[in-house]
Amino acid sequence: MTRIIGMIGALALGLAILAGTGRPAPAADGRVPLPALAAPAEGESCVEPADVMRRNHMEFLKAQRDETMHLGIRDGKYSLNGCIACHAAADPAAADPAAKTIEPFCEECHSYAAVKLDCWSCHNPTLTEELRAHLWDGSKKP
Amino acid sequence: MKTTLSRRRLLAGTAAVAGVVLAPGVTLIAAPEAEAKGASSDIRWGLLIDAGKLTPEACDAAVAACNAENGLEPASRADATAQWIRRIDVTDPQTGHGVSIPVMCQHCEYPPCADVCPTGASFRRADGIVLVDKHICIGCRYCMLACPYKARSFGYEDITDQKSYSPRGKGTVQACTLCVHRVDAGGVPACVEACERAAPGAMLFGDLKNPDSEISRRVSQIAVTRIRSDLGVEPGVLYAGV
Repeated sequence: MTRIIGMIGALALGLAILAGTGRPAPAADGRVPLPALAAPAEGESCVEPADVMRRNHMEFLKAQRDETMHLGIRDGKYSLNGCIACHAAADPAAADPAAKTIEPFCEECHSYAAVKLDCWSCHNPTLTEELRAHLWDGSKKP
Repeated sequence: MKTTLSRRRLLAGTAAVAGVVLAPGVTLIAAPEAEAKGASSDIRWGLLIDAGKLTPEACDAAVAACNAENGLEPASRADATAQWIRRIDVTDPQTGHGVSIPVMCQHCEYPPCADVCPTGASFRRADGIVLVDKHICIGCRYCMLACPYKARSFGYEDITDQKSYSPRGKGTVQACTLCVHRVDAGGVPACVEACERAAPGAMLFGDLKNPDSEISRRVSQIAVTRIRSDLGVEPGVLYAGV
């Protein structure tokens, strides 16, 4: 009985830490903690349900990138800039802590899954002024 | 290179005629959107550059506008700096008559860069804009050797703070996109806009296939030349007064 109460206490403590930092505490069993994604800063809902996005976002992005690049179709809903517009957040570890960037959001799962992403060697992960001004005013699709 | 219909869109189009209905309200393939969108081969984007109206200052303004628009910053070495457009000063040695002209990717009808590209990264869009798909560019730089206009640059260094609409990076080739992000939004390239302020009418952007466009009317009235027209690549950038 004491042991069960102790476990509940540990769980409550764990949840308290989770709520306080936004990141999960190291699991008691020593396993790598699961990714904890921050809620998007903008927008009401994602272009697809979260579980669909988790599994298929790379396919959506790749398909749309080819259509945009080669066919000039620019009004698709799976835009990388669209991801940035909603999911960019201030990163305390960045050189400019005030700049909003999507990198930590992506990195949360990508480091867990050990999948390297190469988007940001060419694309700018930050919520730039021109993205804010020209692509995203809250009503238009980016 | 004039195909505008991808396999996926063709299949989607077929589905509109023969959509497979599994059960009431359940279709195997979703119906396609109502109309074809994107770059159209009914359009041929082109530029007319009138050297007689240009000044060296106007050329420099066009170059500066391109650099600012596309976020082209100087690299750590001058010869590693990307150059999408540059000012060329030419003088007739016999007469001494000289002009300054901006030279950028000439957006050829038959682009040699696309011919030599081993991955298909260099391509000509249906509306005549020649681009590098940096997603599939392997950085071999054959296109840079093949281009008669030295229009392309290689990304030698890591780049940060790119413009959101103009991504570019290390290890791939980059060049003038004819400001495709502006053109697709109904605008004109940044160089043309800047030149219009510095030397009105010296640079004209428009659809060469539309007989009613201003550029079509102008090129039908005045003599134009293409740089290295002997190569038969049919540039979309036309020069007058050179």
